[in-house]
Amino acid sequence: MKYFYLIFSNLKRKKLRTGLTLLSIMVAFVLFGYLTAIQQAFVAGVEVAGADRLIVRHKVSLIQLLPKNYESKIEQIDGVDNALHATWFGGIYQEPKNFFAQMPMEPEDLFDMYPEYIISDEHKAAWLESRSGVLAGRGLVERFGWKLGDRIPINATIWMKKDGGRTWEFDLVAIYDGAEKGTDTSQFFFRYDFFDETRANGQGLVGWYTVRVTDPDRAAEVAAAIDAKFANSPRETKTEPEGAFVQGFANQIGNIGFIIMSIMSAVFFTILLVAGNTMAYTVRERTNELAVLKAIGFTDRGVLGMVLGESLALTTLGGAIGLGLAWLLVSMGDPTNGSFPVFYIPVRDLLIGCILIVAMAFVAGIIPALQAQKLQIADALRR
Amino acid sequence: MFNWISQIFAVTRFSIRSLPQRKGSSAAALAGIAGVVAVMIGVLSIAQGILKTMESSAGEENAIVLRSGSDSEMMSGLLGDDTRIIAEAPGIARNDIGAMASAELFVIINLPMRSTGTDANVPLRGVKAQAVHLRENFKLIEGRMFEQGLNEVIVGQGAQHEFAGLEIGASIEVAQEFWPVVGVFETGGGLAESEIWVDAAVLQPAFRRGNSYQSVYVKLESRDAFDEFKDSLTSDPRLNVKPMREAEYYDSQSTIVYNMITGLGSLIAVIMGLGAIFGALNTMYTAVAGRSREIATLRALGFRAGPVVISVLTESLLLAFLGGLLGAGLAWLAFDGFRAATLNWSSFSAITFAFDVNTSLLAQGIFFAMLIGLIGGLFPAIRAARMPVAHALREL
Repeated sequence: MKYFYLIFSNLKRKKLRTGLTLLSIMVAFVLFGYLTAIQQAFVAGVEVAGADRLIVRHKVSLIQLLPKNYESKIEQIDGVDNALHATWFGGIYQEPKNFFAQMPMEPEDLFDMYPEYIISDEHKAAWLESRSGVLAGRGLVERFGWKLGDRIPINATIWMKKDGGRTWEFDLVAIYDGAEKGTDTSQFFFRYDFFDETRANGQGLVGWYTVRVTDPDRAAEVAAAIDAKFANSPRETKTEPEGAFVQGFANQIGNIGFIIMSIMSAVFFTILLVAGNTMAYTVRERTNELAVLKAIGFTDRGVLGMVLGESLALTTLGGAIGLGLAWLLVSMGDPTNGSFPVFYIPVRDLLIGCILIVAMAFVAGIIPALQAQKLQIADALRR
Repeated sequence: MFNWISQIFAVTRFSIRSLPQRKGSSAAALAGIAGVVAVMIGVLSIAQGILKTMESSAGEENAIVLRSGSDSEMMSGLLGDDTRIIAEAPGIARNDIGAMASAELFVIINLPMRSTGTDANVPLRGVKAQAVHLRENFKLIEGRMFEQGLNEVIVGQGAQHEFAGLEIGASIEVAQEFWPVVGVFETGGGLAESEIWVDAAVLQPAFRRGNSYQSVYVKLESRDAFDEFKDSLTSDPRLNVKPMREAEYYDSQSTIVYNMITGLGSLIAVIMGLGAIFGALNTMYTAVAGRSREIATLRALGFRAGPVVISVLTESLLLAFLGGLLGAGLAWLAFDGFRAATLNWSSFSAITFAFDVNTSLLAQGIFFAMLIGLIGGLFPAIRAARMPVAHALREL
């Protein structure tokens, strides 16, 4: 208890310096929290990818289409439980910066394939009844302030309508929630039958397939069987696990993880210098006092602990406020104004943040603490 | 007045001479500022690199024609007849092979990235013979040009650097055929260097495109010929197209990614900058506190408050300037010319680019450092000047 009191009094004696150091530590942790959320936006898809799901696409490129009749052929393959096709619609809602994914899908198969999309029976029924109906994710609905029943016009960039028009009109009839925090609720699904009848060309062609295997351990074997089935056909396929597909896509954007790690290292290095410097000062200034403490019976180790404790108090307070602020900042929305599928600080990274707080306290405080421990009473009192 | 200035010099020299006594904290502040500047320049140089790639793609007198309503080549589609009508439009320059127009196809193929081994959407462009004359600075740096009508490709040096399997003698698999790589080209930077080129007539059947294209690139007689060219196309009842100057087109292609990186980079720089300001404030307050007796003595000797303020500010600005210089230098060494690839969202294809640490970025970085120094020095300076002389002399 006496140590707590001493640590607290020491922090209070130069309020300005303590305050400034706290603020700079806080800044480091605000950045830490914010950057992990950005990183999470890129990797969340990999983490929540189903281990039992494969993606089948055209071997040469993603923009080339596959026939819809591959679905039944894939489902015949041993080890395949279900196959669901999807097509990239690539339309624009109002203006290009309002980017989100739109895809025509088979409603029944969609519910079956993605148990992580939670949708009420009423909404399910509504979507099955409305041909131009749309099932949108909660995040997307909130981003644009849509309400059930809203008519949503989307301008096609790839798929013109049969009547030559570019504007497709959809009715928002159903909303899904994510089962997990990392579930992408920024998507916009509409019905394939409506899509196929309305599009000007490409009837019977779809973008890619999501395939669920009966046994995740056999996924590689099933993937090979699918590709073998279509080998030497005019439209060969490339099949890979959903996670690998999503990861490959994230890799194309760049080595986000590396960039964020580099920035974070620079930030922490900088702040470490600031905090370490402050600690060094407090010890140097108090050489006399520390000697007095030792003279009246405080042990060497006690003094060491006290200096480290002071450092820990500083980083804990600054770090906790910083992480809290980051959490607030992140919950206010992502910097791209909603284009990230998910934006949150994962619990895992909060824990890493806590470890960093302790690590920083130790690294910043250890040298001054050792100096304090080694102080010879007679020497120090004479200074 | 003269007295005042000479006081500034005297006090400033004094405070700077005493810097070595405060090595630790001064170095910490300096390194902090250097870190901020290096990160800021590093992140922004990504955006600059992409911008530079886009800008150097555009020819002054060049225009591109897409289907009206398309924002990128990927979305566009033009019939073979349309492209012939476009090539006959007024204002197009001519050379010995005819009108300088190239109808082109733009598709993507999967190739593994060297860095990760995962697939990237690599742009594959079908071009006409005029294409090489339309890209200024086009030069084969290895091998030879593909033969018209043959399944041969040439690759941009950026693509060769980032994606595996594009060496001369290797081949890419398209439409169940293997197309050999016969040459490597450069275009003095620019988007084309991320691409693979093949004869348009070869690409059409491979991607089942019949006799259709996606864009027409033209070189005009002069910059001013664009209006005439554009009017003639948009008023032609047979066509439904959107002619754009290349500069305008590439600018629109990079806006999203440029704004995103710049926005994010600035945000990070500002937050980090705040941290550095707190660090600098700490250093300068400590410096002032450490010298309170000196400063009080000077004040007692008749030195005025102004010179004292300026001397503290000068010290902090000097530290900031050195920090900024160090950070800028580090960023320049580490990032300038660093090659990378990313996905261009508007065309859904990979672009390769080099980080660009240009002088304007370096200047911005140093300016930002000075700003940190100014704020970090101002309050401690004011405190120093306001210190009651008698009280400070009694301290310690």
